[in-house]
Amino acid sequence: MAKDEFKEFKLVGTRPDRPDGLDKVTGRARYGADISAPGMLWGAVVRSPHAHARIVKIDASKALAMDGVKAVVTRADFPTGLTGDAWNLQENTMAGERALYDGHAVAAVAAISKTLAEDAARLVEVEYEILPHVTDVDEAMAEGAPVIREGAADATVPEGMHPNVVKYMEFGRGDIEAGFAEADLVKEHTFKTEAAHQGYIEPHACLGQLGEDGKGEMWVCTQGQWYIRKMCADVLGLDGAQLRVTPSEIGGGFGGKTTIFMEPLPLALSKKTGGRPVKIVMSRSEVLRATGPTASASMDVKIGMKKDGTITAGRAEFRMQGGAFPGAPVDMALYCAFAGYNVPNLEHVGYDVLANRPKCAAYRAPGSPMAAFAVESLVDELCRELGLDPLEVRMKNAVKSGDQASYGPKFGSIGLVETLEATVAHPNLQAELGPNQGRGVAVGYWFNHSGETSVSMAISEDGTAQVSVGTPDIGGSRASIALMTAETLGIPYEDVRVNVVETGALGVNEPTHGSRATFASGKAAVEAARQAIGEMCRRAAKEWGIEPEAVEWVDGAAQPAGPNAGEFPPMTIAEIAGKMGSTGGPISGHHESVPEGVGASFGAHVVDVEVDPETGRTTILRYLVVQDAGRAIHPAYVEGQYQGGAAQGIGWALNEEYIYDDQGRLQNPVFLDYRVPVASDLPMIDTVIVEVPNPGHPYGVRGVGETGITPPLPAIANAIQDAVGVRVRQLPISPPRLLAALKAKG
Amino acid sequence: MARVQVHLWSGLRRLTDGAEAVEVEATTVGEALDGLIAAHPGLEPLIEAGVSVVVDGEMTTSRHQKIGPENEVYLMQRLKGG
Repeated sequence: MAKDEFKEFKLVGTRPDRPDGLDKVTGRARYGADISAPGMLWGAVVRSPHAHARIVKIDASKALAMDGVKAVVTRADFPTGLTGDAWNLQENTMAGERALYDGHAVAAVAAISKTLAEDAARLVEVEYEILPHVTDVDEAMAEGAPVIREGAADATVPEGMHPNVVKYMEFGRGDIEAGFAEADLVKEHTFKTEAAHQGYIEPHACLGQLGEDGKGEMWVCTQGQWYIRKMCADVLGLDGAQLRVTPSEIGGGFGGKTTIFMEPLPLALSKKTGGRPVKIVMSRSEVLRATGPTASASMDVKIGMKKDGTITAGRAEFRMQGGAFPGAPVDMALYCAFAGYNVPNLEHVGYDVLANRPKCAAYRAPGSPMAAFAVESLVDELCRELGLDPLEVRMKNAVKSGDQASYGPKFGSIGLVETLEATVAHPNLQAELGPNQGRGVAVGYWFNHSGETSVSMAISEDGTAQVSVGTPDIGGSRASIALMTAETLGIPYEDVRVNVVETGALGVNEPTHGSRATFASGKAAVEAARQAIGEMCRRAAKEWGIEPEAVEWVDGAAQPAGPNAGEFPPMTIAEIAGKMGSTGGPISGHHESVPEGVGASFGAHVVDVEVDPETGRTTILRYLVVQDAGRAIHPAYVEGQYQGGAAQGIGWALNEEYIYDDQGRLQNPVFLDYRVPVASDLPMIDTVIVEVPNPGHPYGVRGVGETGITPPLPAIANAIQDAVGVRVRQLPISPPRLLAALKAKG
Repeated sequence: MARVQVHLWSGLRRLTDGAEAVEVEATTVGEALDGLIAAHPGLEPLIEAGVSVVVDGEMTTSRHQKIGPENEVYLMQRLKGG
């Protein structure tokens, strides 16, 4: 489906070996926990066993009396007077007056071994006064709910709401009541999703060193070294430039590593030991108890539809809790709720609510999967009741380029219609279904993002190229940036090496988030390469004694732009680079900007399931992801992103959930009990890459990392309804929940 | 200086005397944001905390981007992602 204008590419769109493959399969890749330093100490964190408690007293004397224990830090060791987000980050890093959730850090210990640090942490005596707690979003905003923090609400919250409501938003258009009156069928239901963790394989790990002079270094597993630098500097009262942060190889992030959790603690402990490096590696239990999952949600949705499938009106009221701090992605969820539909009458209302749970972090298309679960499930219910084909209804109401988005502004170039057309044409739609088997479809949306970006590229003496980027590679960005750079320079892919560099090497970069790395760093790399090409053309022109404007760059070489420019054989990049020392010095390119031209992405998923009526277990029989990539620079990675999004969505839909007991303690903080999908749970996930080029990128890139997790939640719920006639409006649709629903149906 | 209409999300109405769209004198995005704060000071903490500005469907973060009456300008919550 590639557009004709892209056919001339030599490298973009091919599938070369991944540059990190050998390192990863041989164990050479260095992840966060692999970094060590001479004189290193190990850190361990003391965590609250209570969901909500006043910290009466912390006595670390027994721990400090142990041989080999070098330091203990508590909140008393942190600077005071922070406000806003910096205060939230500090409070989450180390509890102040109160522990706000099960797993909240209250102290940290540094010792000469990991075991000793963990033993010493157990000897830190913390006296708590247990306070009432709340973990459910609806209960947290109800009258009489325990107040997590007075005065946390921002200016958007009207007076009279519970203090746990910290942000309120509403927007819409048209006449919502007239829209419902116009419909032939109006349905309204409440949907709930549980918090789901990003589930990255690599736990958080950080080695930090901080001297009394305020100069420090960090080696850390992160999606964004500059974000880590700023956040740690804010929390610890340091000058940003004095902190040098080097990102490790990263074993998954999905948004969860765009912020800090324990990362300031190695620095704080290091400073207290006179500058010895300190390493902390979180256990899986710590990751699940104390790092960001996404929010849990409670959502009321009402939709009106005509008999011909036209959607006349939609209303969404979403309540989300993102833990004990502001930040649940209710705004993004509302923006995405009806984004795929051209609906004249809309109303959106949202509440960000505090609860005694860990501080949520971004998770792949934050908010959009929950919104899709509610809206796409209800659209499916309307289609079934009106006897309409769900894909035809989506096509009938689909937004197109230039349409006014449900959240306000006009869409630029988008490819939802092309995505739906490719979906309808796929052979999976024709597969026959047996007893207790069903098919579900859903669409999903994500904006994609740009952000501050700085990239440098240097030509080596042999004509190969090194690109320095600030966006850690979590989904194949090194390969795609190498492909785009090589394509631009006209040299082989293997001649380009892309390095993710530390904070001292480039200007500020936003993290790899918002599906931005291939779009933004890639666009900047292309600009840097063009700059270097300009310089190489100038050097060739000088050699030939002609004007630089009379030189063009073709297939990795400078050549006269036409017969009038003179008769000179092409001068290759290797020839120009080989003489760089005597023709003006190093040849490089650099680009920094907030690249504009972001292209949004739609996806459609089709899933076939089989339900075991005796156990309630749902088996995924076949799964299809169709998504607009704009342009797939390295299609294998794009397919991997589609499959990964679907796999995570399957887990969220069927099994993953945070289970709290009546004391607010997390009951399943290990992967045996917090059940992410494993290989045997998944079929081969089929993919179709739709390519509606993004005109805002030199190679048409939109960004593909996030949209793929959005449709699975409703698509699976819709397939289960198709299979066994039961509508489940609360996730996960785990075997016990589905079995109960089947029994209730009778 | 031209008058530009800036569309807000309607939850901000209580901070803008009920208006969902506010006209400000501006030739750039930055002037529009400053104009919004001048007209409705209650918006300042929200704008300072970070918002996204969408001009003719294109997200911009540049305060220097030129705008005029012919442009469609929306103020949105700050967008990022995972």
